[in-house]
Amino acid sequence: MAQIILFAPLIGALIAGFGWRIIGDRAAMWSATGLLFLACGLSWITFLGFDGLTQIIEIARWIESGSLSAYWSIRLDRLTAIMLIVVTTVSALVHLYSFGYMAHDDQFREGEESYRPRFFAYLSFFTFAMLMLVTSDNLVQMFFGWEGVGVASYLLIGFYYRKPSANAAAMKAFIVNRVGDFGFYLGIAALFFLVDSTDFDVIFAAGPELAQTELSFLWREWNAANLAAFLLFIGAMGKSAQLFLHTWLPDAMEGPTPVSALIHAATMVTAGVFLVCRMSPVMEYAPQTLTFITFLGASTAFFAASVGLVQNDIKRVIAYSTCSQLGYMFVAAGVGVYSAAMFHLLTHAFFKAMLFLGAGSVIHAMHHEQDMRHYGGLRKKIPYTFWAMVIGTLAITGVGLPLTHIGFAGFLSKDAIIESAWAGQNGAAAYAFWMLVIAAAMTSFYSWRLIFLTFFGKARGSRQTHEYAHESPRIMLIPLAVLALGAVFSGMIWYKSFFGDHHAVESFFGMPHHAEAAADGHGDHGDGARLDHHSAASFGAIYMHPDNHVMEEAHHAPKWVKVSPFIAMLSGLILAVIMYLWQPSLPGKIAKANWPLYNFLINKWYFDELYERIFVKPAKALGRFLWKNGDGATIDGGINGLALGIVPFFTRLAGKAQSGYIFHYAAAMVIGIVLLVSWLVIRMAGGF
Amino acid sequence: MDNLLSLITFLPGVAALILAVFLRGEDEDAQSNAKWVALVATSLTFLLSLFVIFGFDPANTEFQFVEERDWILGLKYKMGVDGISVLFVMLTTFLMPLIIAACWEVKHRVKEYMIAFLMLETLMLGVFCALDLVLFYLFFEGGLIPMFLIIGIWGGKNRIYAAFKFFLYTFLGSVLMLVAMIAMYLDAGSTDIPTLLYHDFASESFSLLGIQIIGGLQTLLWLAFFASFAVKMPMWPVHTWLPDAHVQAPTAGSVVLAAILLKMGGYGFLRFSIPMFPVGSEVMGPLVLWLSAIAVVYTSLVALVQEDMKKLIAYSSVAHMGYVTMGIFALNQQGIDGAIFQMLSHGFISGALFLCVGVIYDRMHTREISAYGGLVNRMPAYAAVFMLFTMANVGLPGTSGFVGEFLTIMGVFQVNTWVAMIATTGVILSAAYALWLYRRVVMGDLIKESLKSITDMAPREKAIFAPLVVMTLLLGIYPSLVTDIIGPSVAALLADHQTALLEYELTHQHAAQAGQ
Repeated sequence: MAQIILFAPLIGALIAGFGWRIIGDRAAMWSATGLLFLACGLSWITFLGFDGLTQIIEIARWIESGSLSAYWSIRLDRLTAIMLIVVTTVSALVHLYSFGYMAHDDQFREGEESYRPRFFAYLSFFTFAMLMLVTSDNLVQMFFGWEGVGVASYLLIGFYYRKPSANAAAMKAFIVNRVGDFGFYLGIAALFFLVDSTDFDVIFAAGPELAQTELSFLWREWNAANLAAFLLFIGAMGKSAQLFLHTWLPDAMEGPTPVSALIHAATMVTAGVFLVCRMSPVMEYAPQTLTFITFLGASTAFFAASVGLVQNDIKRVIAYSTCSQLGYMFVAAGVGVYSAAMFHLLTHAFFKAMLFLGAGSVIHAMHHEQDMRHYGGLRKKIPYTFWAMVIGTLAITGVGLPLTHIGFAGFLSKDAIIESAWAGQNGAAAYAFWMLVIAAAMTSFYSWRLIFLTFFGKARGSRQTHEYAHESPRIMLIPLAVLALGAVFSGMIWYKSFFGDHHAVESFFGMPHHAEAAADGHGDHGDGARLDHHSAASFGAIYMHPDNHVMEEAHHAPKWVKVSPFIAMLSGLILAVIMYLWQPSLPGKIAKANWPLYNFLINKWYFDELYERIFVKPAKALGRFLWKNGDGATIDGGINGLALGIVPFFTRLAGKAQSGYIFHYAAAMVIGIVLLVSWLVIRMAGGF
Repeated sequence: MDNLLSLITFLPGVAALILAVFLRGEDEDAQSNAKWVALVATSLTFLLSLFVIFGFDPANTEFQFVEERDWILGLKYKMGVDGISVLFVMLTTFLMPLIIAACWEVKHRVKEYMIAFLMLETLMLGVFCALDLVLFYLFFEGGLIPMFLIIGIWGGKNRIYAAFKFFLYTFLGSVLMLVAMIAMYLDAGSTDIPTLLYHDFASESFSLLGIQIIGGLQTLLWLAFFASFAVKMPMWPVHTWLPDAHVQAPTAGSVVLAAILLKMGGYGFLRFSIPMFPVGSEVMGPLVLWLSAIAVVYTSLVALVQEDMKKLIAYSSVAHMGYVTMGIFALNQQGIDGAIFQMLSHGFISGALFLCVGVIYDRMHTREISAYGGLVNRMPAYAAVFMLFTMANVGLPGTSGFVGEFLTIMGVFQVNTWVAMIATTGVILSAAYALWLYRRVVMGDLIKESLKSITDMAPREKAIFAPLVVMTLLLGIYPSLVTDIIGPSVAALLADHQTALLEYELTHQHAAQAGQ
């Protein structure tokens, strides 16, 4: 069954990509979509019927060289099962939605260019690559999926290939991701060097040993576990758009909106979080790296939320919101509560995909206008979209009944993370707690700002566009409705399994009982490593060190901690109501009064400008310098002055360069070689 | 058939001879005949070579299909292949029919052009099959001549300059190699390669002109061979002939140059430097690693700012060859497996990329990047093929480009983390130059008036790319096809290398003890 889930999207991609010439556009698109619904149905069956035991299914040999051996295989455990439903559900719905969204596109010449099957082929190919990533049983196959989704993302961001901005964004996304991959690559190399394998089971079993090992890397010795975990995390930073490597994500909004929903909100960007959770048996032994992850996640959550406050492009607001929410997930993983990170990953997939698809519906209604300053008063024109967006906003801002477990999806998962941050033991946990609470207030503010600017107030911008604004077709509304169910209920349904009850979490993720693990670890210290080796097979989908009690402590957090995100949410909401419903002139005045801050935020903390100056331009300048001065002046002119001295001589000799002369030189060369060889032969003949 | 290798090697040469002697006239019929003769001869060679690969036993690490007979002046004619060379033979025979097909539209002196390529194939196959020093040297140097002619006669505006630069660079290196070969003969008393593989060349350090030479004769011999192979590779900083040669060479010439001729350097390291001069390799290995790491970064940065498509791809080739030398001198299984894999894969990918340039050069007669833009609008099939090979060049997993790059990095990380780190930045830089090129040539709206009537690939062109696409993906998804064949031979090579080093250390200790 797992094989069908994995390969159905690939077959769909091939049919849509190449078969459309034979079977026609519509049939190609429906086959791709149908196959994805098949994969989705099977994924849910797998997820709901999963018994917690890890299965490994080998498919074929892949890279083998000496002791390195990486197979094409499927690792099916709870983490995989969660990702399977997230990926296939959102993907299937996005396929469906795209029938409506991509029905007409001004970027292409209608009738002449068949762009729709290509779009579906890319979507299906992306899904296949993402599934390869989440089902892999070794780091190399994971890297295959990792790069595969990168290519799919590149192709889809650059889907409107006539737009220079889209092409630039596609390139930027791929290259910035490659900066992360640079770390991932070295991480794989380091782990292979240390444990002589890229298979997860072997690496996981070596966790305690790695913690005791020193590895010499570059100029000094490092703790092996910390170093490997850190290098892998650089990969995660790239893919999940964390601070410093985040710059590609907002630009990626150049792609069609269904792409943003699928790739840049629900699935691909969460791959980094998945990686950290997948590697939890190593992460747990890498305390410094975890501290760094916590710190960076919290900083990203704050940074992205602050930029989101002032953006005017509806998709960019949601993009920064995604970036910020990913920061939340990393904090959870950083303090050691991986299940909370996965919980937020799951709920976020539902409500963020819905927000994006909702935004797409607004954009569709408004003839591809994306600037919120030209929206306003759309509540009546597109009521279904409006309600979907409101549900999404209630979910992301975390509305629920404080101190209970009743609320929208984000209420449960986000609060779980904030409580975990409070209970976290590492050095960055306290910082993370406060950053996340502040970010929660900002999240609430920008999310409601988006709703108020779009759906309330007076219609702004082109009157014609507003007059023609229409509700989207049913094929686009159905996916919204399905995702709305997830945004409302997914938090309450799975709260217990992911965070609520310690035993439920353990059995859900198939973790060996904490008590047993503790007994194993504390039995005899000299034997500890061997015992851990022994219990490798009983590793669950995630691993928590026996000393990691953060989740329990989070449950016993004081009331003020548990209520704080709710208060933050309320304050953001109230501020948004004041500024965008009651006093719509206020935002302009505040921006004018605080123009340095406003400019700083609207220019995204000047990261793009900075990178252009310190990376892009110097790289080109250095390239030019090496070309002209290195290759040209120094090498050609210096070391090989001899050659250069002779070459012009020959060229002159060749005069008008009649090709006939060439044969003379060739003849001369042949004679030269013959002479040399003859001499050698004579020398040898003398030797005999 | 116990003379299969000779048959394969000389079949194209015989075809060339037939063309030279019997084909007369310059009219269209004669041109067409010349092309067909060449295509049939190269295809036949490929079919025959299939017997080699299917009859080859990977588990046997000795030379197979060995032929030995007496030759002039007491010299021996000896041919054979092992796990390291057999796939280079296959690469050559596989690519040559495609290369002939790629010059189907050439009009200038077609007969001579075909003769040059056929001769070149014979000489290249000879390099990979020869098991005698003199024979090897003849093939190795002889290969220069047809390539020199291809650039010098059918090349671009500056062809004479480029041809001489190419010739002098590679020839000067080879002279040193010849001297070294004579020294080897004097030391070992044989020119038989299998014998030389088991000969211990003197490795006692001595001082020459006041400089202490660690590893003695071995290091000197190693350096002499290095001079030749490093230029052929080409390694930084002796790479500057390659961009010029590529830019001036006709499309098919560039393909042969990048896909096959460059591999002779890497093959030479594996056949001579490492097994025959283990101490020399050990002494000089770190230098090669550093040169490789510099090459990757340096040439990638230079590639970034090129304005000529062919030059860009030529610099990218140098960067990719950096991974090869790095992998070879990592001196472990992953490194050398990766290096061989990278050479084979680069044969398909760089060949295809030069063909991609050729496709639009044939139409527009310019290689300037700025003359293009928005080709996807009129050439969707071309855009798709170019995309695939761009990604393969970038080292995307699932294409053959990844496996070699990955294995060499895995290999070198175990030896030198600095070099591994610097070389890994290549994954960022290669994405930058390759995607930027693709964006400027293929993406965007089609604005330029001159491109408005450009046509997509013709069936002939698609047929040339199809086998390359298949190989790139096949080796990316199932690389065991290659690693199963090379693995045992590489393991044996490394085992012998280790033994030799151990012996060297033992005798050193003995010498030290005796000295006390």
